[in-house]
Amino acid sequence: MDIVEEEFINPGTRMCAGCAMQLIYRFALKALGPNTILTVPASCLTVLHGMQGFCSTKVSVLHTPFATTGAAASGIVASLEEKGLADNICVVAFAGDGGTSDIGIQALSGAAERGTNFIYACYDNEAYMNTGVQRSSSTPLGAFTATTPGGKIRPKKNMPRILEAHGIPYVATANGSYPIDLYDKFKRARDIKGTRYFHILSACPPGWRFDPKDTIYIGRLATETGFWPLYEIINGKFVLSQPSKKFLDPAKRKDIEQYLSAQKRFSNISKQDIESYRNYIRDQWNEIKRRLENQ
Amino acid sequence: MTDSKKDYQKILASVQKPVIGEAGKTGTWSILKPIINLEKCIPVKSGKPSCYNCWLYCPEAVITRTIPPQIDLDYCKGCGICVEECPAKAISMEVVKTE
Repeated sequence: MDIVEEEFINPGTRMCAGCAMQLIYRFALKALGPNTILTVPASCLTVLHGMQGFCSTKVSVLHTPFATTGAAASGIVASLEEKGLADNICVVAFAGDGGTSDIGIQALSGAAERGTNFIYACYDNEAYMNTGVQRSSSTPLGAFTATTPGGKIRPKKNMPRILEAHGIPYVATANGSYPIDLYDKFKRARDIKGTRYFHILSACPPGWRFDPKDTIYIGRLATETGFWPLYEIINGKFVLSQPSKKFLDPAKRKDIEQYLSAQKRFSNISKQDIESYRNYIRDQWNEIKRRLENQ
Repeated sequence: MTDSKKDYQKILASVQKPVIGEAGKTGTWSILKPIINLEKCIPVKSGKPSCYNCWLYCPEAVITRTIPPQIDLDYCKGCGICVEECPAKAISMEVVKTE
């Protein structure tokens, strides 16, 4: 195994048992190494870093207000460039789906448009989990949250597509259940100059309502059903990642109902919504196929 | 006056120190703990550094990549991911009382 042995998160954090985000963070930091400055808005990740005086991570972290992740990262990059340290130190913004697709989108869009040399990683647990499971624009169709008691009526926002439209050199999706794939992607992204964007699906046991032991299994189902394809877009070239390659064939994909029925947040989902999930997955993969053929 | 100002600045510009167990001994969160059956564990059986799925998928990073793998029960939250992901079914959840 060529994964770095050193851990950058100390055990004994405040995260829930079975949190996929902590696993994602653990492997992202392993890939990025010690010469990293992180900036984190209000999210579950703030909770991980702990209370005043003590910190669970061994790398430098700057906490910022909710809407300013992209702007704060731009500031760090500018100061590092001024000091001539920008080549050695990688600036990484790590935010939740609310801090990325709702509140932080203008700062992120601004930073991406300026071509700021940083990595933006969004761990997507599909709601505001830190404050008690409220709907975000990244919550999928039909999911129960505290603010959508009858199930969400709008589908999930496709953030990787929005960031791709900025013409940035690297966009990737990842999944906490495939840590080796995630590690490789962060390693690759570290050496690219310019804005790099990650969208990482992170299964959340209390918010999605499943047993903590099933975290990896549920996350894996998202990819195996074709709901969450893993890909990279490197300078406009679309590359399907290894774990997702075989799901180009519709027969190899598992039925989406298996993924939905494993989580209690989808317990009241209608037949119509399940059908629109099937259509969404079919359209999504048709487009992936078309992109792979036409490049 | 200067002393109190210093204290005030100390609080505002506090240095965060990395520590193990920032939230205390998180091992007390659950009484069920993963115990490895070394007769079934793949690295122990083969004597080679292989498998380590438990180390790979542990969110808390309490499992070591050694032969045999060691689990730090002081900080293990007992989520049970290692039990699910072990290909040899060598890990089981058992009641362990921690102080």
